[in-house]
Amino acid sequence: MTKIKANINNIEVEVEKGTTILEAARDAQVAIPTLCKHQDIDPSAACGICIVKVEGFSRMIRACCTPVEEGMSVTTHDPEIIETRRTVLELILSNHPNDCLKCGRNNICELQKLAADFGIREDHFEEHLRNLPEDKSTKNIELIPQKCILCGRCIEVCQQVQDVWALSFLERGFNTRISPAGDIVLSESPCIRCGQCSAHCPTGAIFEYDQTRQAWDALLDEKKHCVVQIAPAVRVTVGEAFGYEPGENLTGKLYTLLRRMGFNAVFDTNFGADVTIMEEAFEFAEKFKSSPEELPLITTCCPSWVDFMEKFYPDIIKHFSSCKSPHQILGVLSKTYYARSKGIDPADIFMVSIMPCTAKKHEITRSYQMAASGYNDVDLVLTTRELSRMISQAGLEFTNLAESESDNILGEYSGAGTIFGTTGGVMEAALRTASYNITGEEFKEMNYKPVRGLEGVREASLEIAGKEIRIAVAHGMGNIETVLNKVRQARDKGDEMPYHFIEVMACPGGCIGGGGQPYGVTDEIRSKRASGLYKDDEKKKLRTSHSNPAVKKLYSEFLQAPMSEKSRKLLHTTFKPRPIYKK
Amino acid sequence: MEDKVVVLLKDTGVSNPDRTEDFYSEFLNYLKKKDLHERVQVARAEFAGIYNKGVVMKIWPNNVIYSNVNTSDFEKIVEKTIVENTTIEELLHKDVSRTKRVVLRNCGKIDPERIEDYISAGGYSSLKKILKGMNPDEVIEELKESGLRGRGGGGFPTWMKWNFARQAEADEKFIICNADEGDPGAYMDRSIIEGDPHSVIEGMIIGGFTSGASTGYFYIRAEYPLAIERVQKALDQAREHGFLGERILGTDFNFDMEVRLGAGAFVCGEETSLIASIEGKRGTPRPRPPYPSVQGLWGKPTIINNVETLANIPVIIEKGGKWFSGIGTEKSSGTKVFALTGKVKNSGLIEVPMGVTLREIVNDVGGGIETGAELKAVQTGGPSGGVIPYEYLDTPVDYENLQKLGSIMGSGGMIVMDETDCMVDVARFYLRFCVDESCGKCPPCRIGGYQLLDILNRIAKGLGREEDLEKMEKISEAMVRASLCGLGQTAPNPVFSTLKYFRQEYEEHVKDRRCRTGSCAELMRYSINQERCTRCSLCFKKCPVNAVSGDRKEGYTIEQEKCIKCGECYEVCRFNAVERE
Repeated sequence: MTKIKANINNIEVEVEKGTTILEAARDAQVAIPTLCKHQDIDPSAACGICIVKVEGFSRMIRACCTPVEEGMSVTTHDPEIIETRRTVLELILSNHPNDCLKCGRNNICELQKLAADFGIREDHFEEHLRNLPEDKSTKNIELIPQKCILCGRCIEVCQQVQDVWALSFLERGFNTRISPAGDIVLSESPCIRCGQCSAHCPTGAIFEYDQTRQAWDALLDEKKHCVVQIAPAVRVTVGEAFGYEPGENLTGKLYTLLRRMGFNAVFDTNFGADVTIMEEAFEFAEKFKSSPEELPLITTCCPSWVDFMEKFYPDIIKHFSSCKSPHQILGVLSKTYYARSKGIDPADIFMVSIMPCTAKKHEITRSYQMAASGYNDVDLVLTTRELSRMISQAGLEFTNLAESESDNILGEYSGAGTIFGTTGGVMEAALRTASYNITGEEFKEMNYKPVRGLEGVREASLEIAGKEIRIAVAHGMGNIETVLNKVRQARDKGDEMPYHFIEVMACPGGCIGGGGQPYGVTDEIRSKRASGLYKDDEKKKLRTSHSNPAVKKLYSEFLQAPMSEKSRKLLHTTFKPRPIYKK
Repeated sequence: MEDKVVVLLKDTGVSNPDRTEDFYSEFLNYLKKKDLHERVQVARAEFAGIYNKGVVMKIWPNNVIYSNVNTSDFEKIVEKTIVENTTIEELLHKDVSRTKRVVLRNCGKIDPERIEDYISAGGYSSLKKILKGMNPDEVIEELKESGLRGRGGGGFPTWMKWNFARQAEADEKFIICNADEGDPGAYMDRSIIEGDPHSVIEGMIIGGFTSGASTGYFYIRAEYPLAIERVQKALDQAREHGFLGERILGTDFNFDMEVRLGAGAFVCGEETSLIASIEGKRGTPRPRPPYPSVQGLWGKPTIINNVETLANIPVIIEKGGKWFSGIGTEKSSGTKVFALTGKVKNSGLIEVPMGVTLREIVNDVGGGIETGAELKAVQTGGPSGGVIPYEYLDTPVDYENLQKLGSIMGSGGMIVMDETDCMVDVARFYLRFCVDESCGKCPPCRIGGYQLLDILNRIAKGLGREEDLEKMEKISEAMVRASLCGLGQTAPNPVFSTLKYFRQEYEEHVKDRRCRTGSCAELMRYSINQERCTRCSLCFKKCPVNAVSGDRKEGYTIEQEKCIKCGECYEVCRFNAVERE
């Protein structure tokens, strides 16, 4: 790469060609304020907060999208620039409801922070709000367009990163608003409920459907036996709201905390993940050995991906693993296996899943199979962000809590279960057990690097029992098309399939970057969160699902074997095409 | 065999209805009577470039123009001019104005739907010239010498735009003609396309040859159905004649183009929005750089030129850059087409050399103020432009001068205002247009414009506040500095310039709650002068809201709370007893 030199506030910086003024300014220890910019998406250059002066230009230009040129001389802060930024901010505020105290984003709002930084104390301009209806059609994500500042992040994420195209701008000028395309409601749109829009929204315009009250109500109901499970990815992110570094593993503290909140038993979704692997790896090994024409096998742990596939790729359904997702598996086991062992009436058990995900709120009711035991597998899903609020409400001092263990018999987990929370993790966990199932020997490469990292699509080929296995890992819904098109092409031409096993997660980075995770995620944060999970895996004595004694016990005492009749009834599901666009 | 004669006619008078059709059929009948109808081709002109001169006839190959023609003159014209080829002095149109037709050279002279007409007027000879003996560098050199600058408003040197695209390396390049003319009251581009579509097409083909583009897009707003039809016809004809398509004129040069319709958004005249629109996306601007000439349509190098700019290209190639730069001023060469409207006698399309003063345009070309009232200001540049007051009317019109005065050349709207025009109202009119047309992407334009308009609306209603003028300046500044595209950056220009030159009028509105022109209806107060009132009761009967109370015995008064300021009483009173202030 060619290096170029430029001047920022009279400080010389040397940056790579193509670096924006915004990025280059950091080399001069200057943070230019931004509002619409987000690292995950191309700058839309909408808000006008990041304007700077560049010598030779008569107008101010946007730092977020302007590349530095050789010899450029930039001024990022002077009275005129600051005054203009302030006026733009005041204009935005004149069009934004002044009800911060009652807003879900109170204290963690990017607009609010800017207003505080700029010391806005009075309304210079008349308040002109848009009277727009809220969209609460889904029980996952709520749209409150009146709070929208039209930064365009949600739309860009929905269209470019996730390739879903549920959200778009409608109308123009002062009447411009965000809405599902065609002005329908979200529940009727192609929305896959991944929640990336809500995780990227700088204000409270898109917000997860908050169910913390329902959780408290259940906890305070003495008749209920409340049990809880935490997803793999939650343990390394929940601390961010309390001053911990991303990736800090807080599993032990979370167990204590949830117990003190009043849960009767604390389980771990990682155990469910281990069971998922038992089923899925068995499914894969069987197909690999006896009916390879049915491959590739595609993972189905991610409810947004399932939704996406049913809507956009129904022709691929037959390749889907029929295995339920880990929290559903753990849920159904709590109402059967656990209930039986404790002698509790399953009707009294209330299962809460703490998930990094808004789509999981939808998953628990997606079909009758989500109540396979006669009772809902899971009764309530809370996102990481909702849990953070509950922790604060409970008045628990997170940092000082002691660590504890999860409850038997659905708590003990292997390293394979914990890495489910990151892209590539399911594949890696499955390979460990599938390889064992096929060869009878343990998988050699416990840290299988080819499937790790944040590259959008990662492909690898390995040998098991002398046979080549080709795998692919994709995350971020927009990356799946290239992988699936290869499968379709091979299928249509009658060629050999390009892959045997494919892992898909809808959110960039997998569940650690989920739509219900703490705000402000960047690739750097995603990497830190992922490495938190890999560390958890490495320090585990047991790193394969099939070696987990609790899993072994489950099979010997209850399920008999993977894909047994009972397993099929309780742990598996089916999918159906639900195309939303007519051909 | 005798030469074919072409006669174009058009009623340029203000008579209603237009007599062009009648004259056309009567003249045809007369020719038939004389058995000359085979030899003489008669056409109705859309536009003659002459105003208020009755029926105008242009006759070729004699190349004479007769004005104020009557049916009784037919005999004379046919005998003397068509048969004997002599000129009838008393009918001859004398052009005293300062107009010069370069862009409009063929408009009104040829039948725009016949490519043969364009070719016989010298059309496509420039294309032949470059294909036979010029390389792209020479074309760019010629353009550089001509000094041609973009006529869409920005005034960016055309040769530079072309050169950037030429130097950009790509497997595919595009050239786009921006015919998304949307300024209120402007119809320059429409007239050029409707009157001489081939000149623009030829300009584009030359641009394709020069830059290496193989595909062109003619982006026309859907509100111009005739223009679209004519361009489509012209493209078909050009293709038939081998000016478009594969191996043009037997060379290795391939170029074709198609029409794309705008969907009615003013902002799509901004080049990055226009590109988004052609790509099928929402028409909103994106940041520049990268400029379209480097990364434009579908990420490929793209030239975007305005209609008028492109229409200039063939003439420049034909007559040389030096000839072109001889017209106009040093920095702004050539001519400019304006749509002259407002309070002038002869409103219409004009083409003048750059450097002509505004006064010359208003008085000599426009024939002065229609009403005889005092000239107050001239607005140029449409909604992005500004108002130039009377004092500066001797300024020569070119890019730099207009900008110095707080206005812009723009695409060529020119509205003349007299003392009955309220400057607050003018600013409000243009701003309302920009607020309606804002795409909504960036807050300075979306919210700033709305707030600005809100303040202006208040002022016009007599609800202005002391701090309003300062607030308006603050918002305008932010819009200029922080808006993403030209629309938002220039939308405050009408406000800025009126505030600069006519601040007093604003202050009157705010402090005295008074509009000196009576344009701001809600600031008016009507009352009845009891001394003059004859108690005829006409105002009492006419008032639509019964705001006039009283009877013929006691006399009449106007109840201010009820009055809606419609002015009906003022109009009907025959004794000047209803007073307005």
